[in-house]
Amino acid sequence: MDWKQLWEIMSAPDNVPIVAMIPLLGFYIYLAWRQAKANDSLIEQLEKDPALAKTHHRKAWPFKPGWTKEVHVWPFLLRVEFLAAIIVTIILMIWSISLNAPLEEPANPNLTMNPAKAPWYFLGLQEMLVYFDPWIAGVVMPTLIIFGLMVIPYIDTNPLGAGYYTWKQRKFAIGTFLFGFIVLWVSMITIGTFIRGPGWQWFWPGQTWDHNRLIYEVNRDLPDLFGITSNWAKGIFGAAVVGGFFVLGGLLVHAFFRRYNPKNYKRMSLLQYSILMVFFITMIGLPIKMLLRLAFHIKYVWITPWFNV
Amino acid sequence: MPDEKNSNGKNGKSTGLVNAVKEDIESLKTDLPAKAKESLETLKNPTKTQVYTSIFRHKHDDTPRNRALGVLSNVFLHLHPAKINRDSVRYSYTWGMGGITFYLFLVLTFTGVLLMFYYHPTKVQAFRDVLYLEHDVPFGRILRNMHRWAAHLMVIAVELHMFRVFLTGSYKKPREFNWNVGVILLVLTLLLSFTGYLLPDDQLGFWAVTVGTNMARATPLLGHEGPFSNYLNMTPYNDVRFGLLGGSIVDANALLRSYIWHCIGIPIIASIFMVLHFWRVRKDGGISGPAPVILDSEVKEARK
Repeated sequence: MDWKQLWEIMSAPDNVPIVAMIPLLGFYIYLAWRQAKANDSLIEQLEKDPALAKTHHRKAWPFKPGWTKEVHVWPFLLRVEFLAAIIVTIILMIWSISLNAPLEEPANPNLTMNPAKAPWYFLGLQEMLVYFDPWIAGVVMPTLIIFGLMVIPYIDTNPLGAGYYTWKQRKFAIGTFLFGFIVLWVSMITIGTFIRGPGWQWFWPGQTWDHNRLIYEVNRDLPDLFGITSNWAKGIFGAAVVGGFFVLGGLLVHAFFRRYNPKNYKRMSLLQYSILMVFFITMIGLPIKMLLRLAFHIKYVWITPWFNV
Repeated sequence: MPDEKNSNGKNGKSTGLVNAVKEDIESLKTDLPAKAKESLETLKNPTKTQVYTSIFRHKHDDTPRNRALGVLSNVFLHLHPAKINRDSVRYSYTWGMGGITFYLFLVLTFTGVLLMFYYHPTKVQAFRDVLYLEHDVPFGRILRNMHRWAAHLMVIAVELHMFRVFLTGSYKKPREFNWNVGVILLVLTLLLSFTGYLLPDDQLGFWAVTVGTNMARATPLLGHEGPFSNYLNMTPYNDVRFGLLGGSIVDANALLRSYIWHCIGIPIIASIFMVLHFWRVRKDGGISGPAPVILDSEVKEARK
């Protein structure tokens, strides 16, 4: 265990934000989960007791008759905002006094940094470069993430859970978002920050970065495993595998979605449903491709003269 | 002549003048203390002065009306409604991350403007300016540190804000459009941070931006290494990466371009979207909750 190495990575000034973000995320997930649990048990209680549902104020927080429903922004909100500004300022002051912003040697195009890392918030995308060609990892995926986020309000037809924390009323939506945000985005950033060393090789936390380490990994392409040699056959085979993944994946997701989300399924139009499927299955495809690469050393699935997937 | 009827006397203008001066001094003797007393009286109650009332249009006694006016008659505060749901001031619901993001944007604008006084976006001077800031400029180091950490914190705050908005379902009708504005602001925040990364012109920024913009090389159709780009005759000297960097490598033009995007272009665009974002928060009915829970059995299906 190389504690010095670990400390150097953890305390690198530009890695501090992601070191801070992980416990912060843990705290906020806990905060959200606690409120979701309280609301879910309230919902259950109200569903069992229709009489109570008619009179209850329907929040997990206490409310007594005679309390006003609204409060003045001045001072009740403004004092919170003012306090928040002061606290953030203090945090920034302490952070700025105690930790210096990084400054390396002057830029030198002839001396490549190894590893050359993007800022921490883009390390997830950089990590994807291991599994996909740059046109997918660097261009198509970010575009899909942005558009995927943008379509969310238009494909989520579930009217429940607007304006309060809940898990039971929105299992699919919240599960999918947690998967995308925590499992894919944050954990890929974590891998890119803490695991990847020189040559973008995998070094476990605490393992010494060996700049001379060579890994003799024989990565194969999926068509090779099936003994396909001709370019035409490779292209057609790959298209069939990728197409098959989308069709079979779509059928599988469909089977689950219509059973466990019947109301939302019924509400969705064909367009909404197909957009959901495309984004969802593409998202699932990412960890599958990672698994293929990390566990089975498969580089490309689909090989064409123009692009490889 | 009308002059003759004045108090100037018959044959001497001088006596009239003397009298007049005497009279003036006499009047000062009585008026000055009176006016001074009056001024002291108003000083005891400054909210009655014309200067004060010209700035503040209403009284500040603690009445509901004045509380509302305090928000509504203030250009900076009037983004808020006069009253809000008693539960929406709860920190556990909102996490305050949207507001903190905006506050960090203000901090970054402030520190950024100060940094601009000391920085030249040229290959010769950029790195030296950062050294100068760190070692010679009074409070230069803390200024640069604060700008960098506030930028990182802003990325975290934006992501947490989006996370909260998702978890509370706040993007649902009628706030779909504002969620989209938020997504654009997220992208702009990342771009702001990324364009700033190159500016110290050190190895860290140089290689991060090299790695980042190398991806643009692979853009389908528009990057010279991307799929199908040969159909558009893309080369390293005319593709999308060239447009971003102003050259085929990260050099002086790239430094100038990222400086201009960082300090002028993206902040203006982001400000416009922020105005839109905040305005829509109000127009869509304020923040989403905490709303009363709705039961599955109460949902009325829309007729198709």
